[in-house]
Amino acid sequence: MNILDFISQPWHWSVSGLGIAIVMLLLLILGGRFGVSSSFSALCSIAGAGRKIAYFNSDWRKRSWLLLFVGGSMIGAYIASHFMASDAPVQIAQSTINDLAQIGVIAPQQLSEGAGFMPNEIFGLDHLGSTRTLVFVIVGGLLIGFGTRWAGGCTSGHAISGLANLQLPSLVAVIGFFIGGLLMTHLFFPFLFNL
Amino acid sequence: MKNISLLAVGILFGIVMYKSEAISWFRIQEMFRFQSFHMYGIIGVAVLLGIIIHVVIKRGQLKNIYGEIISAPDKSKTFVASILGGTLFGLGWAMTGACPGPLYVLLGAGYWIVILIVVSALAGTLLYGMVRSKLPH
Repeated sequence: MNILDFISQPWHWSVSGLGIAIVMLLLLILGGRFGVSSSFSALCSIAGAGRKIAYFNSDWRKRSWLLLFVGGSMIGAYIASHFMASDAPVQIAQSTINDLAQIGVIAPQQLSEGAGFMPNEIFGLDHLGSTRTLVFVIVGGLLIGFGTRWAGGCTSGHAISGLANLQLPSLVAVIGFFIGGLLMTHLFFPFLFNL
Repeated sequence: MKNISLLAVGILFGIVMYKSEAISWFRIQEMFRFQSFHMYGIIGVAVLLGIIIHVVIKRGQLKNIYGEIISAPDKSKTFVASILGGTLFGLGWAMTGACPGPLYVLLGAGYWIVILIVVSALAGTLLYGMVRSKLPH
């Protein structure tokens, strides 16, 4: 197998985990830390929210390193999606494919049906007018923004950085992430997908 | 040079997230349905290596590029804030199939609807800032 074959197929979870650990280490060396949701506060501060809400009254320049990192991640995604894309959609477990079919979500089997990153039934731009899509996009986004600030971090800050640093609040937050994710998937999805 | 390095680490992160498929709504569904090891493997390896990295940094008193000893600050959130905030975030994570990092990565990969999710997340962040004093912490 040559190097081009290697980078164009999906990466094994162990390679991906190693990659994330390297990113975390490099951020620490560069004077930052791995925690992406703080970028939302920084963006609120840049937009001038600090004049009305004291919580955002901080110097966003102290977090300019994070904004550079986040900007880089978008460039990386552009590079990966244009030059390193797989020749097949994301291959998920047959049991997940069956479960999702029951709520009306078809997992793509060919690239012509989608890359398997976001289900077109909910997140396709052509569905923007539907109630279901608006609920998923707007409520989903609100919950992410509100929940991460209340808990003080997201997957990167708590589930990876925090657990790696043996922080008890991070373990509690990760348990919360799963309570929320399991409730949504198993309890609320059957209802929401009928919207 | 420092800025270019940060940008480069971001680029590495974007590529890793894209190629690992951790930005896939379908992968997150697999995870929350316990039907694949993929996401647990990614997070598990990152955390295990992360623990080793933190131990080495602490033992060796390693310094960052500013010459300061690297110290990851302790998370100071209370149980109530962590569990309630975490649960709200988990609900949103399952809905959108993306946490904050993947949101930016999906944007870079051209999933334009994510702009609306990010705007909503910023609104959620603002809302937290407004009602913060009334919430249990």
